[in-house]
Amino acid sequence: MAEFFATPVGQLLWITLAILAIVTPVLLGVAYLTYAERKVIGAVHRRKGPNVVGPFGLLQPIADGVKLFLKETVVPTGSSRVAFILAPMITFILSLIAWAVIPFDEGLVLADINVGVLYLFAVSSLGVYGILMAGWASNSRYAFLGGLRSAAQMVSYEVSMGFVIITVLLLVGSLNLSDVVMAQKGDWGLFNWHFLPLFPMFVIFFVSTVAETNRHPFDLPEAEAELVSGFNVEYSAMTFAMFFLGEYANMILMAAMTSVLFLGGWLPPFDVAPFTWLPGPIWLALKICFVLFFFLWIRATFPRYRYDQLMRLGWKIFLPASLAAVVIVAGVLVAFDMVPQAS
Amino acid sequence: MIQGLAFYLFAGIAVLSGVMVISSRNPVHAVLFLILAFFNSAALFLLLGAEFLAMILVVVYVGAVAVLFLFVVMMLDVNFAEMRAGFLNYLPIGGAIGLVLLAELLVIVGGARLVPDTLATGAAPMPAVDVVHNTRALGGLIYTDYIYLFQAAGLVLLVAMVGAIVLTLRRRPGVKKQRIEQQIARRSKIEARDMPTGGGI
Repeated sequence: MAEFFATPVGQLLWITLAILAIVTPVLLGVAYLTYAERKVIGAVHRRKGPNVVGPFGLLQPIADGVKLFLKETVVPTGSSRVAFILAPMITFILSLIAWAVIPFDEGLVLADINVGVLYLFAVSSLGVYGILMAGWASNSRYAFLGGLRSAAQMVSYEVSMGFVIITVLLLVGSLNLSDVVMAQKGDWGLFNWHFLPLFPMFVIFFVSTVAETNRHPFDLPEAEAELVSGFNVEYSAMTFAMFFLGEYANMILMAAMTSVLFLGGWLPPFDVAPFTWLPGPIWLALKICFVLFFFLWIRATFPRYRYDQLMRLGWKIFLPASLAAVVIVAGVLVAFDMVPQAS
Repeated sequence: MIQGLAFYLFAGIAVLSGVMVISSRNPVHAVLFLILAFFNSAALFLLLGAEFLAMILVVVYVGAVAVLFLFVVMMLDVNFAEMRAGFLNYLPIGGAIGLVLLAELLVIVGGARLVPDTLATGAAPMPAVDVVHNTRALGGLIYTDYIYLFQAAGLVLLVAMVGAIVLTLRRRPGVKKQRIEQQIARRSKIEARDMPTGGGI
């Protein structure tokens, strides 16, 4: 068996299995994230949320999926057909390929590349293309306005996200995501994680990820109130489902990114017996759920930002703050001689 | 063998999409093909072992520059027929630039081919990939050996940015702006009072 996996065909099969082992939980997570979202918002509104299909409404996501699958895909006249079909695919694929570099445990990562952080950043910055293409290809004013809004918004918040990532990298001294997690390992458990020394950056990063995934209160690209549904008005059935899956998969990805960069990835919060019984991937999943709950909580709590307020927050507050943080963190590290050395 | 196949695949797609950039009728499609060309160049960098450059190419060019480009092109109301009319007029200039670039490439590649020693005379040769990660190697080069040139490049970009802002900044009278500091600092005239039952204020 081991010899078979050493041959080229075997390696290909092995990688395919590994990809399936990552993608299947992610897609299941997406399905149940939609369920969790409706349940959480229901609880905030003091409603029950979905409770009809299956026990506790647990089969609701499957029913929704089947419904979307059975509907008709409509391609509007005057649309740019190829771009119209390509756009949801790009959104969906991009939200999945980023998982290749997320470390689930020590050594448990599909592609342990040296520039993992940059890869994640690159993939998340590409997410805008699906939306922009969808907005343009639909040949509809509403969709186009949604696409334009989203392009401006995602480019704005990427800048401060990049600077926040740089402050983390200054503490770590490596662009490898496994190294980022290992740098947070220490005697003090969760007090060694980066969210504590970099708390303001943690907040900025989290808010930027909310904006980057076009979630409430920054969901202006699909503001129902003024743009009907924004960039995806013209999409139906599976093409719409792909946007939907892509958006939620992106949320999980961003939560994973936050967990790895700031919340110690697969590390348990305390390095003592009852906490170390749970394996690393479970801890990572728990942290992802914790961050995701904030996404849902924010959606249920805050009203939508106005567009100029959104731009002001991105360019006039987050950008100077994160830029200053890069200078301060670098200065402190040099002044106290704490620069991480080459490994 | 797989490396060779991958090279020809990426290089082929890059060249093809380059041709499509200048030949497609719709400017938005042209930009999308440009993005495809960027991607394949990034893949070529990866094949060379230049992982940092590959990622930066995607982050900067695909993730930021091309987005703004697409943004502008989508909003432009372009007359395609008019654009095609000027094609022959600009052909000599474009062709001349292409020829110059080709000649330069030939000089470099030909020189390296004929006299292999020239490759070693680079001012600060990069160490091999298995010795130092190329992120670290590039950082060392840019931030220690060539820090002044790097800063000068940054200044040039700063001047360009200031120039763009100066050109587009207009002061219009009578524009209402939200001043958040004032809104927060404002003390409301509304106050809470206890009302006696049956009485007024």
